[in-house]
Amino acid sequence: MSYQREILEKPEWWQQLDEYIREQKLNNQEHVQSALIPVLHHIQDTFGYIPAKAINHVAQALGVPTSYVEGVASFYSYFSLTPKGVYTVAVCMGTACYVRGAQAVMDQFCSQLGAAPGETTNDGLFTMQCARCLGACGQAPVVMVNNKIHAPVKPEDVSEIVSMYTAKAREEVPA
Amino acid sequence: MAEKISLTIDNIPVTVEPGATIMEAAEKAGIRVPRLCYHPSLSIQGSCRVCIVEVEGMRNLVASCHYPAAEGMIVNTRTPEILRIRRDIVELLLDNHPMDCNTCERDGNCELQRLANSMGIRERLFEGERKEYEKDLSSPAVIRDPNKCILCGRCVRVCGEIQEVAALAQVNRGYKTVVMPAHDAPFMETVCVGCGQCINVCPTAAFLEKDATQAFLKAIEDPEMIVVSQMAPSVRAACGECFGLAPGYAWEGEAFAAMRRLGIDYVFDTQFGADLCIMEEGAEFVKKFKEGGPLPNITSCCPTWIKFAEQFHPDMIKYLSSAKSPMSMQGAIVKTYWAEKMGIDPSKIFSVAIMCCTCKKFEAQRPELGVNGLPATDAVLTTREFGWLINHFGIDFNHLKPEPPDNPLGSSTGAAAIFGTTGGVTEAALRSAYFMLFEEDLPDDGIDFLAVRGLEGVREAVVDFRGTPVRAAVASSLSNANTVMDKLRAGEKYDWIEIMGCPGGCIGGGGQPYAGSNNIPLDPALLEQRACALYNLDKGRTLRRSHQNPDIQKLYEEYLGEPLGHRAHELLHTFYYPRMPLGVRPQEAQEK
Repeated sequence: MSYQREILEKPEWWQQLDEYIREQKLNNQEHVQSALIPVLHHIQDTFGYIPAKAINHVAQALGVPTSYVEGVASFYSYFSLTPKGVYTVAVCMGTACYVRGAQAVMDQFCSQLGAAPGETTNDGLFTMQCARCLGACGQAPVVMVNNKIHAPVKPEDVSEIVSMYTAKAREEVPA
Repeated sequence: MAEKISLTIDNIPVTVEPGATIMEAAEKAGIRVPRLCYHPSLSIQGSCRVCIVEVEGMRNLVASCHYPAAEGMIVNTRTPEILRIRRDIVELLLDNHPMDCNTCERDGNCELQRLANSMGIRERLFEGERKEYEKDLSSPAVIRDPNKCILCGRCVRVCGEIQEVAALAQVNRGYKTVVMPAHDAPFMETVCVGCGQCINVCPTAAFLEKDATQAFLKAIEDPEMIVVSQMAPSVRAACGECFGLAPGYAWEGEAFAAMRRLGIDYVFDTQFGADLCIMEEGAEFVKKFKEGGPLPNITSCCPTWIKFAEQFHPDMIKYLSSAKSPMSMQGAIVKTYWAEKMGIDPSKIFSVAIMCCTCKKFEAQRPELGVNGLPATDAVLTTREFGWLINHFGIDFNHLKPEPPDNPLGSSTGAAAIFGTTGGVTEAALRSAYFMLFEEDLPDDGIDFLAVRGLEGVREAVVDFRGTPVRAAVASSLSNANTVMDKLRAGEKYDWIEIMGCPGGCIGGGGQPYAGSNNIPLDPALLEQRACALYNLDKGRTLRRSHQNPDIQKLYEEYLGEPLGHRAHELLHTFYYPRMPLGVRPQEAQEK
């Protein structure tokens, strides 16, 4: 989790979060609590999950009880309270993808990354996930990495996808 | 004014104000729709679906607690189909609930049990997956057992809406939903103030007070220990309810008699401590009043209010009276003055306090309240635990003859009795402060300060002190405390503020008897009756001003010297500090 840990320690990031919260408060003056969801999205998008420290910070800044912030963050499946990788690999296991061999693709990802569905790799780069239908059945089997669709994916394509994102991480993420 | 709405419920025509729910309309027609998550003092959640009814012409059954009544509506609350569906709903609530009723603390007092019984559930057709969570035993006041929780959400609402502590929330979703503090932190490390209102409103045993009966029984068994008791004013106004007696009476002598039968060696009274508290807090107020500040003087008897203030109103700590609570004063006097007088080693005294309050268990553990390295109070039993012990010992409470407490620490005036209800401390303090200022008692017809009585959340009164107005505010429940603190910050001038953490004051405490089968927890009518019992006690006493208590006068002569004197300061006063526990509830006011 080195990547997330590093950002968490940067005061600039917290300043930037405060600015974002201020902006959202202005957008939701009638009902400040409504700023909570966009702020949680912002944190989720940065870290790939919502750290406890950020929950406390948001509660203070918005004047929403900490327990309520956690209640909201834990309710929506989009938000995660446990660390997630920089890249979430969602292999579609919907009917169409499944009959076109999604299980083999999933197995290949899992064995290559050493992480079962729901788990995160030790380097904090990848989280494996099962997805239900992604709405691209015509291109099955479909794999979604963060917001990017890869389709169709055969088991032999997996190592290329993995090395592509590993290389990308080297560029984007401070070592 | 909008027109009234007429509808028919179970063939009974009924007329209600616009905005009324079907449940409210049904109540007007004399029909009590079964309910679970609904509570009249809390917001509507509509999650349990027990209160479903049929509205003719509608496809689905509706939850009557939140569905508004409409003109011409025809409602059926008890068709065979509804009764069957309602039974299934309760059965599904039971299906992942532990089947340990016989060993559960709330056996016989459980709302879920009563509900299941009235639904006619005689076997369990559904066997669902069981939850397995660890109990949270970290707090000395309140313990949490998520395995017993049925997610009605009453605790979350009472904590957020009535107390504005918001320690609890429903976290996760679906089957995995748990009621917990932020980050699932141990209660002790959260903003929980230990008021115990979650216990009062919980239909099951998901929240309970931390047990002190075992420690008490051990002390009773120990031949070397001298067990000394005290009882809060509000306990006598409620303990009889544990035995099915109707509220409105103060079981004072009966409770003292029961304590002797439990094997307690010396039966004293927290009301003595209350009189003592008035001497110190009254003197403190008079001193501030004469010297011009810092005013207001804010009361410090209530431990939930103290923890709440330390967390959410640290800027107000400077106004808090430094006087300890009656319980802790009494405990300190027992282990010093009384122990010396009796020639007893204080370390051989087991001081037990019977309280209406769960947070007193927390207060008893505050290290700064100890005396000479010993805790001032060794164990705190709630009214419920006291009731349980009486049953455990096979004492027939209903036929006990009243007995007086032991002296000298058992005597009290009428002023001390009303400590148990909101506004009582203010009234008691005004009576004695008047005397301290003018060396003359208030005339008897001026002794009742009716303006500070009642159950409204915030009450204000201006009392004339021979030409000088004393502005007093009285609040009960912590949301009302927030209201008063915000007004104070906004520049409102007060000389005296009394805050009690529970609705109605200590009579509505988190350790009071559970609501009976026909009652609802926190019922204002019940609180009124308990308050009435205390006001009657006050009226019946010859001495109604704390400074008139002869044993208090003797205590100052023999031991303490003057109120606020050196020794009094050492034994009867304390200090507070800001707390920032995990997940502190932020205050908009603090940002300004």
